[in-house]
Parts: sequence; C-alpha cells; structure tokens
Amino acid sequence: MEMTFTVNGTQAKVEIDPAETLLGVLRERLRLTGTKEGCNEGECGACTVLVDGLPVDSCIYSAAATGGRRVETVEGLTLDELGRDLQAAFVAAGGVQCGFCTPGFIATLVSVLRENEAPSEDDLRTALAGNICRCTGYSQILDAVAATVSRRNGR
Amino acid sequence: MKPAAVKYARAGDVQEAVALLSEHGTDAKVLAGGQSLVPLMNFRLASPSILIDINRVNELAYVREDNGSLLIGAMTRQRDVETSPVVAAAVPLLPQALHHVGHVTNRNRGTVGGSVAHADPASELPALVTGLAGELTVEGPKGQRTIAAEDFFVGTFTTAMEYDEVLTAVRLPRLPAGTGVAVEELARRHGDFAIVAVMAAVHLAPDGSVDLVRLAASGVDSVPLRLHSAEAVLAGAQPTADAIAAAAATVAASVNPTGDVHAPASYRRDMAQLLVKRAVGAAIERIGVSA
Repeated sequence: MEMTFTVNGTQAKVEIDPAETLLGVLRERLRLTGTKEGCNEGECGACTVLVDGLPVDSCIYSAAATGGRRVETVEGLTLDELGRDLQAAFVAAGGVQCGFCTPGFIATLVSVLRENEAPSEDDLRTALAGNICRCTGYSQILDAVAATVSRRNGR
Repeated sequence: MKPAAVKYARAGDVQEAVALLSEHGTDAKVLAGGQSLVPLMNFRLASPSILIDINRVNELAYVREDNGSLLIGAMTRQRDVETSPVVAAAVPLLPQALHHVGHVTNRNRGTVGGSVAHADPASELPALVTGLAGELTVEGPKGQRTIAAEDFFVGTFTTAMEYDEVLTAVRLPRLPAGTGVAVEELARRHGDFAIVAVMAAVHLAPDGSVDLVRLAASGVDSVPLRLHSAEAVLAGAQPTADAIAAAAATVAASVNPTGDVHAPASYRRDMAQLLVKRAVGAAIERIGVSA
C-alpha cells in the first residue's frame, strides 16, 4: 500500500507493506538509519522518534497508521538549534560512548525541552525511563541536559 | 524476525470497524495504539490476517464526567488520561496506575481501551477497572451492550467480547472527595509488567471507620481480581494495623497465581498479601490518618 507522511519537514510518499513498522520504513525504505533498532518491543527506546511532536517507539508503531502524520527523526532534530545544542552537550559531557542509544535520547530530550525550558530532574527521569543506555550510567547524560538548559537559558 | 504478512484497513468510525470485523472474522485484529499488538507481531506471537486500524476514530477519544462517573473513550491515549485534571479529580487512582504502564513513549501511543481489550492479567488497567467495579461498553452488529468488569475478563488475553465487537468506552465510578489511593507493585524494573500489583482506594467516615474500600490485584490469576474478602474485613472497621493485617490475611485464599520464570506461585501469593498491607496503609496515609 502507498503511504504519505511528513518526515523531517518533507513529504514522503512510500510504498509499504502493512506488516512493517515505522522504524522499518524509516531505516530500510527512506535510509534514515540514525534511528536504531534495539529490542523491537518498545522497552529500550533506541528507536524513539517524534510523531506529531510526541516521543514514541517507532519499532512498535504500525507504519500503516503513520499516514498523514508528522515524523521527526534524529537526522531532522539535529538540524535545529535545540537538537544541535543537545548533540554538542552530549559530546562535551561524555554522554555518548557507543552511541547506539543516543538518537533515541536526543528525540526524547528535544520533546521535553520544547515543552519545558527548565525541566526538573524528576521530569527528566520520568521522560527518560524508556531510554536505556548501557555505557554511560546516565549521569553524563543528565549532565549534558543540565549544560544544555543553562546554556540556552543564559542566552 | 519480521512480522508475517498482514492486510490493513482503516476504519473511519465504530460502525465501519464493526462491519470490517464481521467481514473478516476471527483472524482480524483491531489496531489501537499497538503497544502490545505490534511487539507480538514483531516476534510472530500474533499473526492476524488483517489489521483494522481505529486510530482515526476520533469519536472514541474523550474523557468526561457523566452522571457521577468518569467516562473514557476507548481510543483516549493513556498519557492524555494520566495528565487530565478531570481524571485526577474523579478517579485519582487512575493516573497513579498509569504511571506504572510502560514508559511515557508507550503511554503517548497506548490507549485505555487497547490495554483493557488486550486483557493481560499482569497489566494495570484491567485490574483497576475490575477493582473499581467499572463497566465496559462494547459495540457490535447487534448494537451496544455494557459488561461489568468482573464479567468482562474471562481468561488470559480473553474477554467476553465477541469477535465482531469493538470496545468503545470505559466507565469508572467517581471516588468520593478525600479518598486515599495507592498502587504498590513488585517489578524488576519500573515500567515492566508487574510480577504482582495491588491497587487500593480507601475513604474514611468522620468517625475514622472505613466507609469505602476497593482493592484490586494483578499478576495473581488468569484474570485481574477484585479482592472482595479483604474489602469485607475492612469495610466499616477502624483501619488499625490489626484490621489491615486481618484483611491481608484473606488474600492468600482469594488469589490463584501460577508460577513462571519470574516468580513461583507461592511467592506471588505472599507478595500479594504484603502488597495489600502496603497499599492499604499508603492509601490511608494519603488521607492523613495513620494506620
């Protein structure tokens, strides 16, 4: 079946199989391989993207149900200033090691910081509960968010 | 592994969904948020012949007060319910329970009706609906009918709905102002399915006795349970530590857990008893009376 949706601000018309997930369409049909496949069951958050502005696990999001919706992946999110600030802060704080989880963290965090310029640590922990990182131990990631928040609010 | 081939049809309204279900029979599956169905398909634990997508049935996405109860459209996203002031005022146990359902990403997509219709005996919403004596409205070719929660869940992943019926709404009685609520779970990680979960709602009369108590448990039977015996011990009593312990002591006989890789049956039974004690205590603490 044919499906039309918006990806990173551009309309995409793709031929999909109804069994496919949004993650499969992004990676295999559109070659947007920044978004990763981890657990494939909505537990790890490596595949997090924004659909209509909200973070979701693209590995368990039916591609067929994505028609007409607005999808943002790490490729698009890091073209904006907020995404770029986060990306740079992750590097500076050591919030990236193997990097596999990073695109999902960036997607979740962009949505949090769009809503709230100065989230509490509790807000962040709740929002990030669905993003697993096996390298950093998370504290560097929280440091990166804190650096991003103070940098943006100091502007 | 990739999911097996499947067809897809999008329903514009409830009648269309019912017609599609009638046409395609028992191999069809309704696609709501897909937070349970799509992972099952990804691992080929489910291989429906056709997905009937009801995500565009906007008439099923609402939260409203209706005649002393809270009415939630089946397609309302869990996150919208969790953050709704109407819900927090009417049934404060519900946002607390939702906080334990997966992660924010899952709740952004997952729906109240999807979780209820999926009928996982370990999940929170079926237990909450059962414990609060909720009602489920379903629609099929013969029209609408309403099913009490305790009759709705008939087994693991099995409900009283016919193959050609769609769940349209969940009705929960409003809890009186000042009701204390608590959710106590045993889970390996936050957001996992609980090994055992207990939910409590307790309201006290001016003399300090219990004038309303609702107790639910998940993970302790093939269906979610309302713990009637434990409620009966507490109803009308002063909520002393002894009364709470006596209520919890009834739980072992009310539950029927099976052992699995996560925990043996005996452990689940013991934990259900302990969590009832904790949940009732926590609920009472939140109304400002120490047990």
